[in-house]
Amino acid sequence: MSASHAAHDSHAHDGHDHHDHTPSGIGRWLYSTNHKDIGTMYLVFSMLAAILGGAFSVYMRMELAHPGMQYMSDGHEWNMIVTAHGLIMVFFVVMPALIGGFGNWFIPMMCGAPDMAFPRMNNISFWLMPPAFLLLLGSAVIGGGAGVGWTIYPPLSAAQYHPGPAMDMAILSLHLAGASSILGAINFITTIFNMRAPGMTMHRMPLFLWAMLLTAFLLVLSLPVLAGAITMLLTDRNFGTHFFDPAGGGDPVLFLHLFWFFGHPEVYIMILPAFGIISHVVSTFSKKPIFGYLGMAYAMTAIGVVGFVVWAHHMYTTGINLNSRIYFTAATMVIAVPTGVKIFSWIATMWGGSIEFRVPMLWAVGFIFLFTVGGVTGVVLANAGMDIALHNTYYVVAHFHYVLSLGAVFGIFCGFYYWWPKMTGREYPELAGKIHFWVTFIGVNMTFFPQHFLGLAGMPRRIPDYPDAFAGWNLVSSYGAYIAFAASMGFLVMTVWVLFNGKKVTQANPWGLPADTLEWTVPSPAPHHTFEETPQIKAAASH
Amino acid sequence: MAQTSAHGAKAPYHLVEPSPWPIIGSISAFVLAVAALTFMHPDLFGKGSEAFFKSLGIWKVLIGLALVLFTMFGWWRQVIKEAMTPGLHSAVVRLGLRYAMVLFIASEVMFFVAFFWSYFHFALYPEHTVGQVWPPKDIVTFNPWDIPFLNTLILLTSGATVTWAHHSLIEGNRKGLVWGLVLTVLLGITFTACQAYEYVHAAFTFGENVYSGVFFMATGFHGFHVIVGTIFLIVCLVRAAKGHFTPERHFGFEAAAWYWHFVDVVWLFLFTAIYVAGQGPVSLPGHGPWAG
Repeated sequence: MSASHAAHDSHAHDGHDHHDHTPSGIGRWLYSTNHKDIGTMYLVFSMLAAILGGAFSVYMRMELAHPGMQYMSDGHEWNMIVTAHGLIMVFFVVMPALIGGFGNWFIPMMCGAPDMAFPRMNNISFWLMPPAFLLLLGSAVIGGGAGVGWTIYPPLSAAQYHPGPAMDMAILSLHLAGASSILGAINFITTIFNMRAPGMTMHRMPLFLWAMLLTAFLLVLSLPVLAGAITMLLTDRNFGTHFFDPAGGGDPVLFLHLFWFFGHPEVYIMILPAFGIISHVVSTFSKKPIFGYLGMAYAMTAIGVVGFVVWAHHMYTTGINLNSRIYFTAATMVIAVPTGVKIFSWIATMWGGSIEFRVPMLWAVGFIFLFTVGGVTGVVLANAGMDIALHNTYYVVAHFHYVLSLGAVFGIFCGFYYWWPKMTGREYPELAGKIHFWVTFIGVNMTFFPQHFLGLAGMPRRIPDYPDAFAGWNLVSSYGAYIAFAASMGFLVMTVWVLFNGKKVTQANPWGLPADTLEWTVPSPAPHHTFEETPQIKAAASH
Repeated sequence: MAQTSAHGAKAPYHLVEPSPWPIIGSISAFVLAVAALTFMHPDLFGKGSEAFFKSLGIWKVLIGLALVLFTMFGWWRQVIKEAMTPGLHSAVVRLGLRYAMVLFIASEVMFFVAFFWSYFHFALYPEHTVGQVWPPKDIVTFNPWDIPFLNTLILLTSGATVTWAHHSLIEGNRKGLVWGLVLTVLLGITFTACQAYEYVHAAFTFGENVYSGVFFMATGFHGFHVIVGTIFLIVCLVRAAKGHFTPERHFGFEAAAWYWHFVDVVWLFLFTAIYVAGQGPVSLPGHGPWAG
């Protein structure tokens, strides 16, 4: 924050003469209509939430390190922590960082636009998050807490099993976070459609913009369905309706349909922005344009579209009929095709390139490897027959952590290091970044790879205890979690240190590499206001 | 992907000044959420304050709602002021507002998808607990060709009157615009009144079974949207009377008209699916395809 303030002073002379005042004091943040400040608030918020969400996961691994109950009093406490961990990581860490943070910072700059289309609406998108987070924290502590998992299935989430206010707090938290995301998504789509610099056609816009555009469409079309579902859950709990209660003609499976109609696009909402970041980093550090630009863009489009018609692969064991299971198996495996297009195009971009393994590139390559592992286990789980056996085992936990905590989170770190000089005007220390990467890489793989073995051996998830037979790999997994958490804490310390003491960056493009998107044409750190005059875009030789 | 040449013209976008409304709106939403929680759970803050929150009744929720409405009033008044200031809402800014309104309506459509999905889930595969028939065996439904059909005609007529207003506006005929809007607003209020009359005379309660729940939820959220649309049209009426709209520039009016047509279309689906196709035993003769 102080870094960007100082940076503004040193760039006050560079032609943006009017309007280039940085508001001072707390009002700069509370009343902000500046996409960079709002993006910074999102990133800080996400990091604070990550400390809590990460602490919950360490507590869970401490409990699971040995057979028998170690620290927790009962299964409900375990469930409560699973719920808080899941909801925090999805709604308050990954989404605010990738969408709110990097989206806000770089969508306008990559468009060559001075700000988002609706800067005030942008600010309420952020400021709805702290109240949502407060409600979610309340749901973890008040009245015994909500122990339902992030999927909040009834009947466990119904009044019969969760009579207290905790569950209603979680529901209202999701309402607020959902409203925030829908407003943000409308803002992103309008900005990308309406504010690209002249000459930047859809087929010339950077892949990060494609990724954010598709993410925003998924948000606009899927989140309202969740809002409807949790509203019905709320009235079931408090106003006597029977939507999910068979006694009155309702059906809990309906909730699963509605939830996963949102929930499956939601997993692409979390990974598509990371796809965009990885494309830029792989291209920059291979010193080559991205391989198959159009294929990359339309692969993401295909993932987004098909992502809407695969939801019931989360529901194979609910008694849906055979034909549905056949369809959802086939449709789900279709997604592997555009995903493969992306993976192979990244590899083809690196192929023959002059690769420089700076820290962002390490995270990008780590992402490609780990996301592929998670994708392959996803193809396994897509099969209804396999899933009957593996459903609710640690195999599923390993799968979705490989795509999320090793996929999406690697994408976040990748973007963080890549854009760090642009956002703060400081260099991160290369060695510390490399240590952060390797320790995290070892930690998360140690945590989650053994969970494949545990799941295949039949260890069920959402239970704080296990038979002695599962002891060995659980201990390995727990040590892995401690290592990964230590790496994250080290990263936080490094971030704060660099913010004030890091070496100052002077060039617009500190990488000295062919990063060809517009954010690298403005000074580092980016001035408070950029692109008040519209840049002109021409086709490069490759297009 | 692309390369830049020298900087071009000044960007034609509307860069707004820092504004207190977003944070006021966020605090209002938080107050509303906490008020709703204390309405559902008066003991939220412990047994000591339970009696106090109980004594507030529904008023605490209304206070939260009033704060949200206050935010909307202040925020939109600011936007209208800006729209009336020359040079702020350029052609490209107005195009952006169109994108945003279309996307907002798209998200609203998906919100109703949740309730229609529920309705068809229950209607096509009725549980044994409701007699495996739809509507459920103990439900006496409304006769669709009574008030519901009247409401259909009212909404369709209001769609015509708002189009009349629009054409008058394009022709520069302020009198026609105002009268078209007055009629549309009156028809909207009449619809809400008829809906209220119907609710009061329903032969089932909200919590009776899954039919009554989905009936009140779907038509209730629609009714809420009718009220919002009516308020939007009243704002347009005031602005029309003040001469805010010109034949070339009147996006505020168009947004209200789009929203009104969206509400109209949702009603047609509700009328067809819930009232007509889901018709059961009624006080007057009638037959629906699922009328067991």
